[in-house]
Amino acid sequence: MTTRMRVAVVGGGLIGTWTAHFLARRGLDVILIEKGMVGAQSSGVNFGNLRLQGRHPGQYPLSLRSQALWEDIEALIGDRCEFERTGHLYVAMNDAEREKLEQHARVAESHGLVIERIGCDELRRRWPWLGEGPQAATYSARDATSNPRLVSVAVARAAQRRGAEIVEHTRVTEVCRNGTGFTLETDTGRAVDCDAVVNSAGAWALNIAEAFGETAPMFAAGPPQFVTEPIPYRVTPSVQAVDGSVIFRQILRGNVIFAGYPRTAADPVLNRAPVPPIKTLNGMRNLMKIAPFLKSAQVIRVWSGIEGYLPDMLPVIGESGTTPGLYHAFGFCGHGFQVGPGVAAVLVDLIVDGRTDTPIDLFSINRFKNSVQVSDKLAREFDLPAAAGGRAG
Amino acid sequence: MPNVVIVGGGPAGIRAASILVEAGLKPVLVNETRQVGGQGYRAPAKSLAVDINALMGSEAGKYQRLHSLFASLQERIDYRSGTLVWGVHEKVLHTLCDGTAGTIPYDALILATGATDRIMPLPGWTLPGVFTLGGAQVILKDQGCLIGNRIVFLGSSPLLFLAALQYHKSGASIAAVVDTTPLSAKRAAMRDLAASPRTLARGIVYRASLHMAGVPIIDGATPRGIDGEGHVEGVRITDGRGRERLIPCDAVAYGYGLKPETQLAELAGARFRFDPIFRLWLPETDADGRAGADLYLAGDGAAIGGADAAEASGALAAHALLTDMGRAQPEAELARLRREVERLRQFQRGLARAFAWPVAQSATLSDETVACRCEAVTVGEIRSAVHAPLGPREVNRVKAITRCGMGRCQGRFCGPALQEIVAGACVVPIAEVGRLRMQAPVKPIPLHAAAEMEP
Repeated sequence: MTTRMRVAVVGGGLIGTWTAHFLARRGLDVILIEKGMVGAQSSGVNFGNLRLQGRHPGQYPLSLRSQALWEDIEALIGDRCEFERTGHLYVAMNDAEREKLEQHARVAESHGLVIERIGCDELRRRWPWLGEGPQAATYSARDATSNPRLVSVAVARAAQRRGAEIVEHTRVTEVCRNGTGFTLETDTGRAVDCDAVVNSAGAWALNIAEAFGETAPMFAAGPPQFVTEPIPYRVTPSVQAVDGSVIFRQILRGNVIFAGYPRTAADPVLNRAPVPPIKTLNGMRNLMKIAPFLKSAQVIRVWSGIEGYLPDMLPVIGESGTTPGLYHAFGFCGHGFQVGPGVAAVLVDLIVDGRTDTPIDLFSINRFKNSVQVSDKLAREFDLPAAAGGRAG
Repeated sequence: MPNVVIVGGGPAGIRAASILVEAGLKPVLVNETRQVGGQGYRAPAKSLAVDINALMGSEAGKYQRLHSLFASLQERIDYRSGTLVWGVHEKVLHTLCDGTAGTIPYDALILATGATDRIMPLPGWTLPGVFTLGGAQVILKDQGCLIGNRIVFLGSSPLLFLAALQYHKSGASIAAVVDTTPLSAKRAAMRDLAASPRTLARGIVYRASLHMAGVPIIDGATPRGIDGEGHVEGVRITDGRGRERLIPCDAVAYGYGLKPETQLAELAGARFRFDPIFRLWLPETDADGRAGADLYLAGDGAAIGGADAAEASGALAAHALLTDMGRAQPEAELARLRREVERLRQFQRGLARAFAWPVAQSATLSDETVACRCEAVTVGEIRSAVHAPLGPREVNRVKAITRCGMGRCQGRFCGPALQEIVAGACVVPIAEVGRLRMQAPVKPIPLHAAAEMEP
C-alpha cells in the first residue's frame, strides 16, 4: 500500500510530534512514523527542564521562540502537561563559578531574558533550605518545567485531531529519492510518497542522513535520573549547580527529581540505558551537599533514556546539505526538551515558506564536513568510555 | 578462593551455604533481616514470648533443624546480617546496612531471595486494617502482634488456612476464612497435589482444625469489597451460592499466594519467560538453578516451591556452582535433589490451580478501585490510558503514562494486577503486555546512605 502525503516525519519524539502538529495546523497532509511508541525515548524520559539560563549563545533566539510556545501549550494542544513556571536557580559554589554565572547572565540578558543576581545572604533568605556550599546564584523567573512523560503523546494526539496521521510500531526501512520527492518503505509493507521528509529519529537519525550522503559524528548516551519518594513541597525553582554536578526540582506532588553529570552509556541496538548504582550514589551525595534537608528522603526509582550527542554539544537542525526537501533535527545532546516546539516551528517555516527568521546556521549538518571543535562540555558531561560508545543501529 | 556470595538467609540460602562450607569455601551470606530463616522459618525476636514450636506445628522439627544448621555454619561463613542488596552491576552487589551504602564484589552469585505476597486489588484493600497474608504472618512471628481481634482471612492461598490457624492458636477470633477458589477447582488439581501427599495432608489438617474450632469456611466466594470508614469494618462477598454477605471484622489478611522476588535476578542478568500456570514472568534456569554466567537461583525466588523445595534447590545451586568450578559432585545426590525439587514444584503448580489467582476478578473491578497503592492510581485510570488515542498496550508504557508501579514498591505488589488489567483492557493474552522492568534500587534507599562513601 502506498500513501501520498505532502510531508513524512520519521521519529515520534517531541520534535517529530510538534512538527506533525504544526504542519497539520498549516493544512498540510502529514504522516508521522514511529518505530516504537510516541514519546518513549529521550523525549519521554528527560529531566523536564525548560531552562533558559546557561544556553549556548547562538541558541537563544530559538530557545526564546520555543519558550513562548511552551507558555502557550494549553491553547496549542489542549493539555497543560504539568507545565509550571517554576523559575531556575543557577548556583555557584565559588568565585570562579560566580564569574561563569555572570558570563551566562550577560549573554541571556543580551537576548532580553531577565536575570536576577543573588548574593550569599539573599540566597539563604529566599531559599533557606540551601546547604552551605552555594555562595551566589542567578535566577530566571521565566524558566519552567513540564512533564516529559506526558508531552509527546499529548502533542501527537493534538496533531491527530488536526488530521495528521500518526503511525506507531512501524520502522522506516528505506528512504529514496523519487523525482523531486521521496518514497519511504517500512517494515509493515506500507510505503509513503511525499515531497518532504523530516528526520527527527533521535539517536537513530544517522541512517537517513547517510542514505543521502551526509553524516554527523553522533553517539548515543543516557542522562541518569533519580527520584525520591514524595516529601512536603518546599523547593519551588528548578535548581542547578553551574558545574553540572547536580540538578534537581521538586514536583507539586512532592517527589524530588535529580540528575547530574556524567551521563551514562546507552545501547541503542538493545534499546537499553541502565543506570549503574555508583551514578545513583554520586547523585545522592551531590544532592545532599546542596540540599541537606533531603538527607533522609528515600530514593525510590531511577531511569535513563537514549539520546544522541554530537562532539560540539550542538544539535543538527535544518535542510540537508545534499538533498533539497530533506530536513534534519536530531542530536540534541541532552537539551532538546526546551527547544523542541521551537525547532518544530522552524522546520515548518522551512518546509512551508522556504525560509525562517530564526537563526539556525550554527546547527547545519554541513559543519561536520570539516573538523568540528570538541566542546569542553563533552569532557565534563561524560565518562570518556561513554563518549566513545554506541553508534545507533 | 573464589568469592561466592549468597543473597538470602532462608532455607535455600542456608542450605547452599552449608554445601559450600562442606566443600571448603567460605561464602558470604547476605540477609536483609536480622533474623535468619526467611519468611517461613523466621525466628521471633528474642525478647518476645512467642511459642515458635506451637506456631510452627508439624513444621517445628524442620524449623529447629534449619536454625541448628545455621548456628553450626555461622563461624565458617561471612555472615552479613540486616543488609539489603539494592543493586547488582558488573559483578558487584550494592548494599545498605545500618543506613550506610556498601559494596560486595563476587565471582559467583547464588540468589535465594524468596517470595512476597501476590495481591489483586479490591475496593477497600488499602484501608488501614488490611494486611497481606504473608505480612500478617510476619507480624505474628516477628513481633508477636495480632493484626486485629476479629479477622477475616480472604483470598486464595495455601497460606490462607495456615495463617488463620496460627492466628487462632494465638488467641485471635477468626470471623471467617473466605477462599475464592471453588472446591471443584481444588478437586481438579488433585493429580498435581498428589505429588506431595504429606504437604497435601498438612493442608487438609489445617483446614480441618479450623473447621473443628468452629471457624466459618466459605469456598468459591467472590469478594466485592472491604468496607469501613477510615478502618476495616467488614468484608462484602458473594458466596458460592450467589448470596450477598457482609462479614463484620476489624482486620483482613488478604492474598493470592506468593510471587518470586526476582528483581536482583533481573539486574544480575537472568532472562525471563512467561509461565502460563502462575501467570507470571519467571527467571529462566536449568534444572540445577543456573541462570547465567556465574549466576544461580534457588528457592521461591526462582520458582515457588515451598520451604522443602527451597532447601533442595539451594543445595542444587551450590552443587552446580561447585561443578562449574571444576569440582566433581555426587551425581546420585544431584539426581535425588532434582527429583525432589521437580516433585515439589509440580505440587506447587497444583496449588496454583487449587488456590487460583483471580483472573476474572480483574475484569470486574470498578474503575474507582485503587490498583497502585504507592501512587494511588486507580483501575479506571489504567483503563482510560489504554483506551485513549495512541494508548499504550505494554505495561512499562502504561506505567510511564499513569504512574502505576512508579512508587516505593516499584511495582512489586501492583505489577501482576497491572498486567491483568492492561491485558483485559486491550483484550490480548497477558503474555503480550510484558512485565515491568527493574532498575536499582530495588527498594528505597535514603540519600544519607551515600554520605560516607568516597566518589
